[in-house]
Amino acid sequence: MSGAKEIRGKIASVKNTQKITSAMELVAASKMRKAQDRMAASKPYAEKIRQVVRHLANSNPEYKHTYMDEREVKRVGVIVVSSDRGLCGGLNINLFKKTLQLTKEWKEKGCEVDMALIGTKAVSFFRSVGGNVVATKTGLGDQPSIEDLIGAVKVMLDAFESGKIDRLYLMYNDFVNTMTQTPTSIQLLPLEASKDEAYQHHWDYIYEPEAKEILDYLLVRFVESQVYQGVVENNACEQAARMVAMKSATDNAGNLINDLQLVYNKARQAAITQEISEICGGAAAV
Amino acid sequence: MAITVHCDIVSAEKSIFSGLVEMVVAHGTLGDLGIAPGHAPLLTQLNPGPIRVIKQNGDEEVYYVSGGMLEVQPKVVTILADTAQRADDVDEAAAQQAVEDARRALANQSSEINYSAAAAMLAEAAAQLRTIQALKKKMGK
Repeated sequence: MSGAKEIRGKIASVKNTQKITSAMELVAASKMRKAQDRMAASKPYAEKIRQVVRHLANSNPEYKHTYMDEREVKRVGVIVVSSDRGLCGGLNINLFKKTLQLTKEWKEKGCEVDMALIGTKAVSFFRSVGGNVVATKTGLGDQPSIEDLIGAVKVMLDAFESGKIDRLYLMYNDFVNTMTQTPTSIQLLPLEASKDEAYQHHWDYIYEPEAKEILDYLLVRFVESQVYQGVVENNACEQAARMVAMKSATDNAGNLINDLQLVYNKARQAAITQEISEICGGAAAV
Repeated sequence: MAITVHCDIVSAEKSIFSGLVEMVVAHGTLGDLGIAPGHAPLLTQLNPGPIRVIKQNGDEEVYYVSGGMLEVQPKVVTILADTAQRADDVDEAAAQQAVEDARRALANQSSEINYSAAAAMLAEAAAQLRTIQALKKKMGK
């Protein structure tokens, strides 16, 4: 009966794991709803400011802000937004793969890549893989605030202003729906111009009070809001991915328990049969 | 029908207003601005204060912003507000209380209250009151 007892122990441990994963699934589901609300709330602002900045990139301003300079690319900056915790399927790994691919492409063109990492997972991944990390920010929690991000973003903005990097990308997971999250990269700096025909002629804004003052304010706001939106969106992705991962873990645990139960029943039956045949054999011998 | 322009008011928290308008009146840092359709491209910062939009059918709506940016394109007007509220939500009693508090803080400078913070608070509270008054005027009409 020793085999049967071992299997029984195993079943009990899988059941415990199943309890944990199903609890995590429920927690992730409720957190996801909140994260999605937060994402939806800040989306209009991020989109509108992006639109304004695209118009701006098309204008022919009297004062050209550094962020609008299209320079020859020698060094690239990447802000990578990841989650703080694991157990969310392939979410982070897919993003890191895409980041490595982007890094490789730029390295082939002879450029160096600097990285600013947001989230514990990115920090530990790039520590083991290697990479030029210039800033990190971890422990944002479920309700990230713009203030928390300013530090890491400022490092990159300063690097761009001083000409250390010539291009700045943001990598994050885009929330398509609960089942689908796509790793996305967007170019933050220099500003991308809108393709709209209506803005292709030569024009400029009237600035009140001063072009410099307004652009400084607007462009820093722009980068911060884009990074913030990335973080919020990544957060919703994390919860959704965790929910799905934990659901499949719970299902798998259920299958495993069924299989083990079968093996256990067989072992038990075999032991009983053997015992009976031994008794019968003994009785016949007498 | 009058000529209209698309107007969007968004704050960091949500989209406040989106639709066709005949005119937008806002408090720029250099003075009040009335934006009609076909206005030249303009970029300005906003002071705390009410934003009045006159909608397609002549209806008016008042929103309160505590600062932000205004972008004007011939076909679209975008207001990126720091925080925006429907003016109906601004509580007059609370605003008046805030004005009182700020005035007292300014008068009582020996205390540890930061002077510039108090001045900013006063400006904001006064702007909220202005919004309420603009709204009342509209109601009375």
